Amino acid sequence: MRKIYFIVCLMTTYIAYSAWVYTGGTGSVVKMESAAQNGKRIWQRSNCQNCHQLFGLGGYMGPDLTSVTTDKRRGANYARAIILSGGNNMPNYHFTASEADDIIAYLDHVNKAATANIR
Amino acid sequence: MDQKNIGRHFILLGFGCLLVSITFGLVASLQYVVPHLFGDVLSFRTTRPLHVFLAINWIFACVTGVAYNAWPQVAGRPLHSYGLAQIHFFMHLATVLVVIIGFFSGTFSGREYLEFPVWVSGLIVGYWLLFVYNYFKTVHPDLRGAPVYIWSWTAGLVFFLITMTEAHLWLLPWFNDNIIRDVTVQWKANGSMVGAWNMLIYGSSMFIMERVSGNTTATRGRTAFLFFFLGFTNLMFNWGHHTYVVPAHPVVKQVAYIISMTELILFANIIMKWRRNMGSQTPPNSVLTVTFFSIADRWILMNLALAIAISVPYINQFTHGTQITVAHAMGTTIGINTTLLLGCVSWIVEQSVSRASRKHIILASRWLHWSLLVFWCSLLVTGFIRSAGTIGSLPFVRITEQMLPWLRVFSLAGVALVAALVAIIISLVKPILVRTDVA
Ligand code: HEC
Ligand code: HEM
Repeated sequence: MRKIYFIVCLMTTYIAYSAWVYTGGTGSVVKMESAAQNGKRIWQRSNCQNCHQLFGLGGYMGPDLTSVTTDKRRGANYARAIILSGGNNMPNYHFTASEADDIIAYLDHVNKAATANIR
Repeated sequence: MDQKNIGRHFILLGFGCLLVSITFGLVASLQYVVPHLFGDVLSFRTTRPLHVFLAINWIFACVTGVAYNAWPQVAGRPLHSYGLAQIHFFMHLATVLVVIIGFFSGTFSGREYLEFPVWVSGLIVGYWLLFVYNYFKTVHPDLRGAPVYIWSWTAGLVFFLITMTEAHLWLLPWFNDNIIRDVTVQWKANGSMVGAWNMLIYGSSMFIMERVSGNTTATRGRTAFLFFFLGFTNLMFNWGHHTYVVPAHPVVKQVAYIISMTELILFANIIMKWRRNMGSQTPPNSVLTVTFFSIADRWILMNLALAIAISVPYINQFTHGTQITVAHAMGTTIGINTTLLLGCVSWIVEQSVSRASRKHIILASRWLHWSLLVFWCSLLVTGFIRSAGTIGSLPFVRITEQMLPWLRVFSLAGVALVAALVAIIISLVKPILVRTDVA
């Protein structure tokens, strides 16, 4: 019977902890604008995470892009150019200029969220 | 389809997935070394998702087969519904085929590890519900006084449903429009999902260990339950070590760190057991099972050492997002999950494996172990180079150049690994195909 009590306690803690993680534990102050939302949709549809990581999540063939838009060595213009033309191992998706802008808006949002405090 | 053979169909499906998966894995690794290999027809964009999806499906299909084989034995009565199990099989097969076609045609949902279109998840949850229903109706699990594998199976089955649902919370704007929440919940769901499938594999392995040793007290003892609860707690709270770089609340990271360190207890225990077991006797009819399980034992030790190291925040900031994480992922899915499952399948078919085949399998298992060691180490070195290059702010193209020699070693070791796996699969599949009463 002790084991049953123990598992009930564990499950209750898990549910409470999950609820907190879904709310206060991850309450970001940075809002996602509509261009960034569209950029995220393109990011997902094109499966960019197959080769790139955001916050370390994703495949490993390409670099992590969490802070690419403000990175001293790279920056938004460089990122935009690669997104439009592809690279050595990076495919050319033949994006339009506005699609590329939306992806940059999304990456910029990721970068801001990464450096902002949580609520 | 013969009613008795549902387990065998799942095991064959699993082996099919494994063969195709390692073929695409090999191509993916070659694409690191030879960019544009196979051009747009079969690019890394297709090979990686196919490899990972099919590798995970190998694990799921095989553990399902082993479970369908084990449950009637545990319960002492036939499976509650073979009809539902058959529907389950065809739904699983359909999912695999649909996803392969989808990936070739470039249809992605773009979520890491669950890259297939969202509606496919509905199919997966559907067949899982059939699986769960058959489990409860066949085994009637009563946790009071039950052996630890019943606890493991129950926890694994239920938590897969919970985590699969959780992984789709991004469909709600509350999650999707907040990148911190989205990434945190993705790590949470995926991390716990791995814990759920481990529960199923450990449950099946413990059941088989009990049958091999004939000792029914160990699976009801205090130590077995201590480790069950430790594993279960880790399943629920340990995922947070993936989120050290995500600016979620610091408590998430502290909880994860403390929980990860409880794994040290597991670590110490394995070393102690290892020492004690040296020189103990192997039952003659379970040589293959014991061979695979002891390889798994070694890999549990090595992967745990790596996992504990990369859970230390200071180390994690350098290793995160490098091939060291891939070493962790493939080290556990091949070294632990695959070897345990090969041990489980061996237990089912061992009676019908010829002496010559047994010798081949044992030889190939050594080959598997050593090639995996080279494979694993090459990924660790690649990860170190990437980490050092990132700290030194080298351009990514330069880092890739420096990693290249080690990626070649990785590919070559991959060839050896594939050869070992193919040899083992052929020898294990033969008795399943010939004898219809097996599994
Ligand atoms: C097949 C793997 C692959 C896919 C898929 C991919 N990339 Fe890349 N990407 C790379 C590689 C590799 C580089 C590094 C430069 C090179 O070798 O071409 C790169 C570079 C970049 C860069 C420049 C950053 C840097 O540090 O060089 C950006 C920005 C980028 N990719 C964005 C994207 C976006 C957006 C998508 C999805 C639409 C995407 N990538 C899909 C492999 C990929
Ligand atoms: C039983 C066999 C195998 C299993 C279960 C397996 C499993 C996995 C998993 C789970 C991942 C995802 C890793 C991550 O995202 O961190 C992965 C990635 C990968 N695997 Fe395997 N794997 C197996 C064999 C192989 C073999 C033989 C090769 C060939 C050399 C290979 C090459 C790769 C490559 C190239 C990646 C992608 C890494 C990246 O994103 O850059 N795998 N595998």
